[in-house]
Amino acid sequence: MDNPLSDLDRPNSYIGRSVPRPNAARLLAGQGRYVDDLRLPRMLHAAFLRSPFAHARIVSVDTAAARAMQGVAGVFTRADMDGVCTPWVGTLAHFTGLKSAPQGPLAGERATWQGEPVAIVCARSRAEAEDAAALIDIEWEELEPLPPLAAALEAAPLHPELRDNLAFTRAVDVGGADSAFALEDSVVVEAAFRTGRHTGVTLEPRAILADWQPGEEKLTVHHSFQAPHMMREVLSKHLALPEAAVRVVCGDVGGSFGIKVHIYPDEIATCVASRLLGRPVKFIADRLESFTSDIHCRDHEVAARLAVGPDGRLRALEMDDVTGIGPYSVYPRTSAVEGNQVVNLTGSWYALPAYKARLRVAFQTRTPTCQYRAVGHPVAVAVTEGLMDLAAERLGMDPAALRRLNLIPDDAYPHTSPAGLRFEALSLQKSFDKLLAMMDYDALRRDQAEARSRGVYRGIGLASFVELTNPGPAFYGIGGAPISAQDGTMVRLDPGGSVTVSSSVTEQGQGTEAVLAQVVAHQLSIPVKDVRVVTGDTERTPYGGGTWASRGAGIGGESALQAARALKANILALAGAVMQADPSDLDLRDGQVVDAAGAPRMAMAEVGRLGYFRVDLLPPGFQPEFSVIRHWLPRQYPFAFTNGAQASYLEVDPDTGFVKLLGHWVVEDCGTVINPLLVDEQVRGGVVQGIGAALLEECLYDERDNLLTGSMADYLVPMMGEMPDIAVGHVETPTKESVLGAKGAGEAGTAGAPAAVMNAINDALRPLGAAKIQQQPATPERILRALGKV
Amino acid sequence: MSETILRLTVNGEAVEATAPARTHLIDFLRERLELTGSHAGCEHGVCGACTVRVNGDAVRGCLVLAAACEGAEVWTIEGLTATGEVAALQEAFRERNALQCGFCTPGMIVAAAELLRDVKSPTREEIRDHMSGNYCRCTGYHAIVDAIETASRA
Repeated sequence: MDNPLSDLDRPNSYIGRSVPRPNAARLLAGQGRYVDDLRLPRMLHAAFLRSPFAHARIVSVDTAAARAMQGVAGVFTRADMDGVCTPWVGTLAHFTGLKSAPQGPLAGERATWQGEPVAIVCARSRAEAEDAAALIDIEWEELEPLPPLAAALEAAPLHPELRDNLAFTRAVDVGGADSAFALEDSVVVEAAFRTGRHTGVTLEPRAILADWQPGEEKLTVHHSFQAPHMMREVLSKHLALPEAAVRVVCGDVGGSFGIKVHIYPDEIATCVASRLLGRPVKFIADRLESFTSDIHCRDHEVAARLAVGPDGRLRALEMDDVTGIGPYSVYPRTSAVEGNQVVNLTGSWYALPAYKARLRVAFQTRTPTCQYRAVGHPVAVAVTEGLMDLAAERLGMDPAALRRLNLIPDDAYPHTSPAGLRFEALSLQKSFDKLLAMMDYDALRRDQAEARSRGVYRGIGLASFVELTNPGPAFYGIGGAPISAQDGTMVRLDPGGSVTVSSSVTEQGQGTEAVLAQVVAHQLSIPVKDVRVVTGDTERTPYGGGTWASRGAGIGGESALQAARALKANILALAGAVMQADPSDLDLRDGQVVDAAGAPRMAMAEVGRLGYFRVDLLPPGFQPEFSVIRHWLPRQYPFAFTNGAQASYLEVDPDTGFVKLLGHWVVEDCGTVINPLLVDEQVRGGVVQGIGAALLEECLYDERDNLLTGSMADYLVPMMGEMPDIAVGHVETPTKESVLGAKGAGEAGTAGAPAAVMNAINDALRPLGAAKIQQQPATPERILRALGKV
Repeated sequence: MSETILRLTVNGEAVEATAPARTHLIDFLRERLELTGSHAGCEHGVCGACTVRVNGDAVRGCLVLAAACEGAEVWTIEGLTATGEVAALQEAFRERNALQCGFCTPGMIVAAAELLRDVKSPTREEIRDHMSGNYCRCTGYHAIVDAIETASRA
């Protein structure tokens, strides 16, 4: 009886509709409730004393003066926490050979990065806590920091028990690469690519409010976080509490981007402090703490080469990636995933007969790195698409034509990539063609030529890509991490006919709650305003993974669809029983049960009234079930891959090295688009983070591994005035794994934008004979160096 | 830490409150007056999440000491919402999905209201230029420019 999802003509049809988000008005009025807005009775504020050195032995700690300060309720070091909280190790079983050292909520005998928390002070106010932290007397013995990246692999081991600084390594060789490169007529291009270590810069810093209630023996944690059930598992395990004694609540979250899905020592220390004091303790990272302790990412050096036949057909790609992850692999998702993704993804959207890759993951004495938006994708895309431009130049081919020739054909699915990725169905050619049409590629080339004749240097950069979304258990679960791949949604009919939805996927502003409401309203044919959605509370939602790796709409949305369909069946069953009609002849339309002719027979409110208040009127034995839970996860494919293409048009000033972005285009195929308004701005936001990586963002360290970019005046993120308008187009190839057909859309923008911008810069500089720039960010200084001007 | 007594007008109401002399305006508003709609994002005057109106101008709440606001007229997102002054901007932001996480949004609205006070029909470039002191990490800014453009024509 269900209408097809593409039917937009019937009432309350919401799939594919640009409906404003239900929580937007509240946030616009300043009525958000972020963790720092919460205040509990007897609440304390935490401040941390952090290591001023990248690597140093803690000889002694004296907290007496801090503890004596008025307003201070507690000062704790690692020794105080060891009996309350067990250490963790950030490894996963399916990453064979991945190793890391035990890590606790505070540094023990040694600090291994600048900013590592050493002691926590809990006081009446944050200011007083900071004052007291300044009174803690630590005797340090400074040790040598590890040298950068590859050199670290040769240095003395940071963790002696691990024997060396190689945290993880992986090699892929599907055969044929060596011989393809050796062929006499192979055109071989090669380059060294460098991506700058950067970080997420959520505008709301990390935030946690831990509330241990001794009378209940219960820990309630208000957390700015993406995966509340994972946090609950971790707290339960390491604080030795029953799962049911831990409640994690994620209210409004001020941006996350993958930053807020990891276990941070300072956040666990805050929970332990609450447990030790029996009082609520709030910790809000300040911006310096964010820069030194939020996870960093993308610290990669890649040497890569590509062999192409004289006809432009790709023959082989070879790459060698060295990446640095800081002193520990981050718990529980590990710091090996990013490099592993680079190896998996590089070249995978082209018809590539041979592929050879090596990954080495090195420990460092810098802030730990882990998964941030588009994990590994931007590196893989920059390498692949950078090589494509080099090959086009060498062959004298148009870069668009070379790409079009080599993209996996749209009729060649299912397809398995050389590294073993399985693609159910992609639209690489169609998306690329649409991109060229949207940007009017030929007209831009003419504009570029005309500008050059005036001494103005403009460039066009292209990048195709695939994007990993909707991950199943293959991502984390099989490696032993307490991370659910399935999500659950409960849909409840209320007596008056409105519907309450609670789901284990979470909202950080991308519109999860809007999407769930639309899916449910569509299935039940009720106005979306009659659907209320609850997320982010381990006591009030079904169990599930949360929102990360672009899984909210695809996995959470499908669980909502299935739950709503089951509720609909139950509603129609009751209506059928009352009206003595066959439920299969009935449907829901515009808040009414309708018959086969579409005539209204019973209002939803009447169904609710009978089902809740007048069960006595129903046939004997008929039990209404108006709270329905369904869980869902993809099973046929480990991931739902999406694809897309991006283009950048920009102008470089050869005298200053400044880049002016003139335009940016994206075509994205995330399967079924549930709400174009939300998807488009999600894609644009991803693009801007990618542009940040290409032009601005970099965590810089000095030779002692002191972080030089500790404020937003030093670490630059894109501002409104520097960004162009961004045109977004869609191709829709729904996944057949689900009824909804939605795949993820969160990573696409960030995955492809850096490559498009870097290629455009090199295209702009080509007539000037500049050296190729393959190092991100392409700062004015680096551009002037490429031009030989500094 | 000694407390100072402050007398000022906040969202049209006379306020008398104490605060340590070192308290910034943003913390005074959030902690003492429970006006949590304005946010502390960077505490360096860079990101603009703490933007509030003081004596008619959009200022950084994290750079101004509360004590410097003695006698001042302060408006925050809560007051501007209650008077309806920024209703057109809010509606345009909502319609266009010109916000995601919402953390930067109250500051955006205060800054955009200042622009629309001074420039009747700003171009997209003027909007981007004026709003460059307000960072958004979620949207691509495009929708915010659209929304301010729409509101300027309302």
